[in-house]
Amino acid sequence: MTAGQLPRWVDFGLIPFLNLAAAFLVSGLVVILIGENPLKAVQILVWGSLGYGEGIGFTLFYATNFIFTGLAVAVAFHAGLFNIGGEGQAYIGGLGVAFACLALDQYVPWYITLPFAIIGSAATGAAWALIPAWLQAKRGSHVVITTIMFNFIASSLMVYLLNNLLKKPGSMQPETRTFEDGGRLPFLNDLFPSFGFGYAPVNLSLFVALAACLLVWLLIWRTKLGYEIRSFGANATAAIYAGISPVRTIVITMLISGGLAGMMAINEIMGSQHRLLIDFVTGYGFVGIAVALMGRAHPVGIILAAILFGMLYQGGAELSFEMPNITRDMIIVIQGLVILFAGALEHMFRPTIVRLFTPSRPLVAKEA
Amino acid sequence: MFEDFILILDSTVRLSTPLLLACLAGLYSERSGVVDIGLEGKMLGAAFGAGTVAYLTGNAWIGLLAGIGVSVALGLLHGFASISNRGNQIVSGVAINFLAAGLTALLGQTWFRQGGRTPSLPEGGRFRDVAWPLAEQVREIPIIGPIYAELLSGHNILVYAAFLAVPLTWWVLFRTRFGLRLRAVGESPAAVDTAGISVTWLRYRAVIACGIFCGFAGAYLSIAQGSGFGVNMTAGKGFIALAALIFAKWKPASAMFTCLLFGFLDATAIRMQGQEIPGIGEIPVQFFQALPYILTVVLLAGFIGKAIPPKAAGIPYLKERS
Repeated sequence: MTAGQLPRWVDFGLIPFLNLAAAFLVSGLVVILIGENPLKAVQILVWGSLGYGEGIGFTLFYATNFIFTGLAVAVAFHAGLFNIGGEGQAYIGGLGVAFACLALDQYVPWYITLPFAIIGSAATGAAWALIPAWLQAKRGSHVVITTIMFNFIASSLMVYLLNNLLKKPGSMQPETRTFEDGGRLPFLNDLFPSFGFGYAPVNLSLFVALAACLLVWLLIWRTKLGYEIRSFGANATAAIYAGISPVRTIVITMLISGGLAGMMAINEIMGSQHRLLIDFVTGYGFVGIAVALMGRAHPVGIILAAILFGMLYQGGAELSFEMPNITRDMIIVIQGLVILFAGALEHMFRPTIVRLFTPSRPLVAKEA
Repeated sequence: MFEDFILILDSTVRLSTPLLLACLAGLYSERSGVVDIGLEGKMLGAAFGAGTVAYLTGNAWIGLLAGIGVSVALGLLHGFASISNRGNQIVSGVAINFLAAGLTALLGQTWFRQGGRTPSLPEGGRFRDVAWPLAEQVREIPIIGPIYAELLSGHNILVYAAFLAVPLTWWVLFRTRFGLRLRAVGESPAAVDTAGISVTWLRYRAVIACGIFCGFAGAYLSIAQGSGFGVNMTAGKGFIALAALIFAKWKPASAMFTCLLFGFLDATAIRMQGQEIPGIGEIPVQFFQALPYILTVVLLAGFIGKAIPPKAAGIPYLKERS
């Protein structure tokens, strides 16, 4: 059964909705298992993430991270590549942001630093994807495996660098000095006080993320390179036969993907923490997989999925505050279930739905 | 000096055991064509199951069974997603890692209220070290004594089980009909199907075997090496096992040597912490931690032989419609 047999709204609306509903249903069962009321939990979650200005601000802050990592996974998906190294690429991307901010923050205002931070994070993130990309293109070593390895190598490397080279002199904390104003993006609360974002760290990088969405859309659907990427992903053999270079496509796609993942660090490091520190990625890279799957690898879908996961993060934090039995680990469970139902089990409901939407003709094969 | 070396080897054996068990688990799964990056999650789930049940019953064996049960259940979930529903095996593995990480911490906190840890195990809830006969008497004999008393004797039973599982796995894979079919289904499922053998059932048996071994690996962490479950106690061991599997080119004996090598790196790193090497200086501990991954990437780059995965690994099998 191919996607073409279903109306578009079913393929892009109903099926993701059903998958999501199944994930939340099972999440509800977990809440019952812990001995709490799932409906009350949903109420707290939604209110905590959307009910007031500061909550919305936090939701959008987390969503910014997920847009970057989701786009990173999605771009690679289009070329048939699975980049699960977003975690490491974003971590290393922090280096690029930190270098730009540490070098410039005392001399220029933030809007001069920002382009350098964007270039720095994208370049370091892309550099971290280069070796896996090259190995996939030239040696055929599976990019999934090498990017996993590079996540762990990144983690060790960053701990070493922060502990030994980048640490503020005289401090025991493995982190750089705090950036001056020239290395800090303005909070949206300061730009638009009327929204009442309060202390939420949502900042200007939200607009960088939205711009990235637009650029990715243009790239994938409106450029020659995007056409090559999609052709290669749809049928590598045919694409090669048509004269598309596999090495070039794989390497460029992975560099773009790594660069997008690296840009996540702008939001965390330049937008919120104002210093480079250990483990600031904490799973955002992996959640990008779920975001890309949910969003069907389309920028609009990714924005929606990113907001959904942002709500989960912020609402989940609120939830663990209101219902101490439900710790923040519940968010990880829900993410796991969403990845499971929207990703690995995405075909589970499809045969039934195809049957529902196919006019009953005796010639149509019924089994999936 | 010799004593020191024996001590490092001794901790090498202890540290490589969970890697070896998880690596063999992955071997069964991947040889059948089901890629499993959920080894980490299954180990974690098993460690939690074993820690919980061993605490409640005070019996390490029942704990082990519970660990295996949890791990096999997660394995069947992976099978349901990737064999029955032909879902993406990588995505399914990622989901299992998330589920295990979240559920173990969440349930641990709900049930025991110790920040996600399980309480310390009672006497009998833990696999004790087994002293071999005459270990104390022969300790004084030079060379052989320490080797016998420190290195061979004095481990818990799961350590010996892990190393015995290596020839067992070799025998199953290369000397039984099941093993032949398992390897065949990982290379060419269509051929196996043509021969009238169920691809689905073979692969399910492979993921169950994978679950059993991951169960041992997880139980080793929480009720043999440690005394109770701790949040995220696998700490990436499942991924090191995955790296070891690739490094060993999906072969049982090589898997053992690779896991011993990775365990040795770990043991050396602990030993070398803060120590100067003449001429080189202090090697950062992070270097040792990253070394297994770096070595695997170097291998994948083709500088030390070539790692060729089973041909059908990662590809769901679609029986042609009649």
